[in-house]
This record gives sequence, structure tokens and C-alpha cells, in this order.
Amino acid sequence: MREVVIDPVTRIEGHAKITIHLDEAGAVEDARLHVTQVRGFEKFCEGRPFYEMPSLMARICGICPISHLLASSKACDALMGVRIPNTGAKLRHVVHLGQMIQSHALSFFHLSAPDLLLGMDHDPASRNIVGLIQKDPELAKQGIQLRKFGQQIIEWLARERVHPSWIVPGGVNRPLDPEVRTRILAGIPEAMKITEGALDLLKGLVDSFAEEVAHFGNFDSLHMGLVDTRGNVDFYDGGMRFKDAKGKILADHIQPDAYAEHIGEAAVPWSYLKMPYYKPQGYPEGLYRVGPLARLNVAEGFGTPKADEELAAFRKTYGPVAKSSFLFHYARLVEIIFSLEKLEQFLNEPDILDERVRAEAGVNFNEGVGICEAPRGTLIHHYKVDDNGLITWANLIIATGNNNLAINKSITQVSRHFVDGNNLKEGALNRVEAVVRAYDPCLSCSTHALGQMPMQLQLISPEGRVLDQASR
Amino acid sequence: MPNQVKLKIDGEYVEAKAGESVLDAARAAGKFIPSLCHVKGLTPVGACRLCMVEVAGIPRPMPACTTTVQDGMVISTVSEKLTRYRQMIMQLLLSERNHVCAVCVSNGSCELQDMASKLGVTHSEFPYRYPRLPVDASHPRFVLDHNRCILCTRCVRVCAEVEGANTWNIMSRGVTSMLAADLNGNWGDSETCTMCGKCVEACPTGALAVKGKAVEEMTKNTDAVSRLATARGGTQQ
Repeated sequence: MREVVIDPVTRIEGHAKITIHLDEAGAVEDARLHVTQVRGFEKFCEGRPFYEMPSLMARICGICPISHLLASSKACDALMGVRIPNTGAKLRHVVHLGQMIQSHALSFFHLSAPDLLLGMDHDPASRNIVGLIQKDPELAKQGIQLRKFGQQIIEWLARERVHPSWIVPGGVNRPLDPEVRTRILAGIPEAMKITEGALDLLKGLVDSFAEEVAHFGNFDSLHMGLVDTRGNVDFYDGGMRFKDAKGKILADHIQPDAYAEHIGEAAVPWSYLKMPYYKPQGYPEGLYRVGPLARLNVAEGFGTPKADEELAAFRKTYGPVAKSSFLFHYARLVEIIFSLEKLEQFLNEPDILDERVRAEAGVNFNEGVGICEAPRGTLIHHYKVDDNGLITWANLIIATGNNNLAINKSITQVSRHFVDGNNLKEGALNRVEAVVRAYDPCLSCSTHALGQMPMQLQLISPEGRVLDQASR
Repeated sequence: MPNQVKLKIDGEYVEAKAGESVLDAARAAGKFIPSLCHVKGLTPVGACRLCMVEVAGIPRPMPACTTTVQDGMVISTVSEKLTRYRQMIMQLLLSERNHVCAVCVSNGSCELQDMASKLGVTHSEFPYRYPRLPVDASHPRFVLDHNRCILCTRCVRVCAEVEGANTWNIMSRGVTSMLAADLNGNWGDSETCTMCGKCVEACPTGALAVKGKAVEEMTKNTDAVSRLATARGGTQQ
């Protein structure tokens, strides 16, 4: 057997390498995603006061710090045992929608659109945002503009785009400025136009990627996401729902403190990223997916008109539980539409300008779990504290971590279909990377890794010899 | 001894009260001399060494806060050597413990941070020590984070000289020196602490903070401490 190595994997967040294992005949036997760095956030936070955790944990990620701030603050709310003021909760939700918009826009326009618009086999030297600007400057501009709008929502509300200190245990530390509300509302129509345009474009493109749709992580699996009491998608709150490939709900409205009864974490010797699985089905059978596609699959709907209309159209084409991870791109754009609609809804509620936005308390419980939907999927922060409020233990299950088993299965599927061990083609290797990109993984987050995130691909022989490798 | 003395600071003649410190005389004359351990009204101790000035006839720099003015003294508050020394002192303070501004309760309102920026300290030439230090969160209202303490002893002095409680002290020596409550027990178990909070207000960093304040939320009112200290007759320094 031989091995192909892709190292580093490009246009994703964090560091990783992919190894493709070949049999004697040069056919693909197995493929693995190796996340090559560890950061130790669960360990070094020990001994810190719990109320510093949101800011400390936000440093896990510069793309989705808001999700970490929220999950962490929610875990702290649980330690304090408080119910936070309604307006405080709504403002947290609003800032999170800003982050969904910017993160999804980054994934679609900056990272994945080069594959989708320029083609998987396009020259890698210009298969990037710069190549996209040359090919379709208007679309690239719109992508940048949409991401900027999401970032601005965060900055206007929280005063900083990355790692703001506005979200605190108990709520947020400053009410909404009416002028900011006006500014955000004014930006929504243009953002909606861009998103709808991108979605139309993608729908037109999907047909030309039929082979990718069929082989990019196209398999039966469980899906998991947070839903509200009516079963609709809920990014900020709600309970966990697991649904199987046939659409049967296996577990529903699981409250944060019960997550460990449903999710187990397996460790493998070849990656720093653990493999979460659905406990009742065991490892590795309990493979589940999270993120935009999973959220669309588990929920009844969104509860907003345009997003629900898009969801209905999506289900008409791909069935009630869509299988292909290629459709993450599609789901991401539908979620931006939902985010914009929800944003408008929240900002027009009369109490959104209320000045009571924070509950104060000390430690009332020694253990707390906070869960929210990060752009890449369900994010879990679980803390234990001593009676003085100092952290004694922490466990984090990051969105991308939940997808680890699914990503590995997907790259195996893509490799088997596209990679010929006797005749390695760049375009084939790019497809292996592209399926990883479909999950929009944030590997630096999920290993809680340092530094940038290039990726590596290795071709490995049956004897374990590295036959070929590509790295950028 | 006459009540007024005349001295020269940076080439300008300055009149000062006999017994006054060089720091007070220079500041009264509008000079900028950096300091972190000094609070007007509390006994000067020369702990931080940032207020070093050059005195003609003395081969080594002297701390302006604990040096008394003398008639005919010639002082320099600015020189390449002093700038260099002050930057080194700041770097030593920053490398000694774990000062991580981004996740500190006092980020944006910290005298240590402001002073580093004012003195143009952008990095440390000294290796960081990264000591493992505890956080004492046993007090119901306040929290002590040794990681952020620069051992300026403002808390020790305000507790002794203004509140009269004498809760705080410094134990051990040199690099192992630590702030200790009473006989080195938990702050929350202290029998002397009156929970007045003056130590927190006097602290220049996030070492002493109000419990529950999230990152960037802690602001201090050192001026109030100084006013109280001065009104009580303090040292008038």
C-alpha cells in the first residue's frame, strides 16, 4: 500500500494534513484528516475566575469569537444560576446573527467560491479570492461587502470586531444604542439582495457539480442541531436534537446539562482532534454531522418567511434529510437569509432598547454548561468551579470537532472516487481539500491549534512509506 | 535650615519646600517623571524605581520619590540613560509575572499598561518567567490575582496608613516576594480586613479587583485614595 499526503490543506482555518492510503493496485483504501496541533485551552484556564472565561475562551478563535463568548457566558450564567434579562438575551442573539452573516460570507465567497466559480481543476495559483476578483469582480465585491456588514454589526454593538468584551456572564454590559439599531436596519435590504443573488447563482451551479454532490460526503448519517420549543432552528438557545438519515428524531430538546449523556468523545492516536459520537450508537457508528446542513435537516423550519421558502425548495430537491456535505454551501446561504430576517425581527421588537441587559450574581452552582450554534455547528462549553468561582475543570466540544468523523468519512469517499494512486492529479487532490472546505472547519478552534492553518496531503504505501506529498 | 531651597531641574531653577521630595518638586515645576508605586499622601517607598533621576555629584541614579530636595541640587529628569533604565524596569515588571492585557479586568484602565505605552515599551528583551501563581478569590467582594501584582505595595500602605487595618504585607524576599493577607492566610479568612476596598482602588493593575468584574470592566479611583490619605495628614509627599 502507498500513501498520498496533502499538507497543508488550504483555504480552511487552522492546520491539518490529509493522508490517503493506497492498496497494492493503487486504489484508495482509506483517507484521514490529521489535525496536527494542540492548544490546551481546557487546561490553562484552570485556576482563573469564571467571569474571565468568556474573554479567555473567545481567544480560541478569531473567526467566530462571538460563539465562544456566548457558549462561555451561557456556561457562566449556569454557574451563577441566573435568568438573564430578555433584552440582554436578545442582544446576545443579535450580535450572534452578525457573526453568522460574516462567517458564512467568508466561507462561501472567500474560501469556497473560487472552487465553485473557477472550477475544481482551475490553476491553483489563481484558484483563490484574487482569481475570483479577476473573474467576477462584482461578486467578489459583494462577498466582501456582505462579510463587512456582519463584522460591522458586531463592531457597532460590541465596539470591537474581534474579541469584544461586551458579552459577559449575566447578559451584555451595555444596552443597544438606538442609532446602531437604525444603522443595522438600514443595511439589511442590501445584504439580503447580495445573499439572494449568491443563492440564485449557487442553485444554477449545483447541477454542474453533480459528481461532487454525489461523492462529497454523500452518505446516511445522524444530524444534530439546536431547535427551539417549536422545533425551529435556534442559533442562540434551545435544546439539542438528533435525527437519523430517515428523518426519525432520536433525541429531542436535550438540555445543555445532559449533553454528556448523548455525546461521547473518542481519541485517536493520529490526530489531536477528538472524535465525538452519538453515545447510544457507540463509536464510530454514532457518526453525526453538525453545522448549516445538519441544522436544516433536524429542524422543522426557520420560522421566518424567506428562509422557510428556501428550505421548502431545498427539501423538494434533496429530500427531508439531505445527505451530501456539498450542500453545506447551499445551507450556509439559506442561513444568511434567515439571519437577516431574524435580525430585522429582533431589532423591531419594542423592548430591544431596554436598558436592563445584565443580571448580576456570584457562584451559586459548581458546574455549568453553555451551548449555542456556532457558524460551523453546535458548540459546547462545560465548566466546573470551586466555591470561590475559580475554574477547576473545563471541557469544550467545538463545532468542527463534532464533524470530525463525518469529515474523515467524506475525504475517504472523495478520495476513492476521484484519486487514482497511479496518476495523481492536482484537481483530484483539490477535491479532497474541497470536501474538507465544505464543512468550513475551524481546526484551530477545534483543537483549542496555534498559528495559521495550512494543510498537507500524503500518499502512503501499504508499508507505510510516503510516496508523494503535496503541500502549500 | 531655611524653609525654601533652590535647586536646578533640567537646567531650570526651581524653588521647593525644605523636606519635600524631588518628585513633588519636579512635578510641581511641570516635569514628567514616571512612577507606579507612588500615591500622593502615602509614605513613599521607592519600590518601582521608575522615578529614577540623575543628581549631579552622585554616580548612580536616585529615586525621586524618596530623595529629599537640597539647596543647590542639580537634577536631570531626562537623559538617554534614564530612558533606557526606565524602559528596562518596565520590561522587568512585565516579564516577572503574567501580564496578559487582552484578558485582564483592567485592560484599558491600567497604570502599568499606560506607563508601558507612555515609555515606548513595545516588547520585553528579557525572557518571560511565566510563574505559576494562584488567584485568591476567597474574599466575598474582592479578588487578588498574584499574576498581575507588581509589588508596588500601594495596598499595603493604604491599608496601614489610611484604614489602619494592616491586613496586607509583603512576605519572602526578592523574586519570591508575595503579597500576603494577615499571616499569609486566605484573604476571605482575614480577621483584620474591614472590606473597605481602598487597596483595590489604590492598586495600579488588575491584581486587586472587584469580584465579578469581567474583562475590561475594572476601573480604579486612585485619586480618592490620595485625597483621603492627604486629608488624614499623610506624609504630604
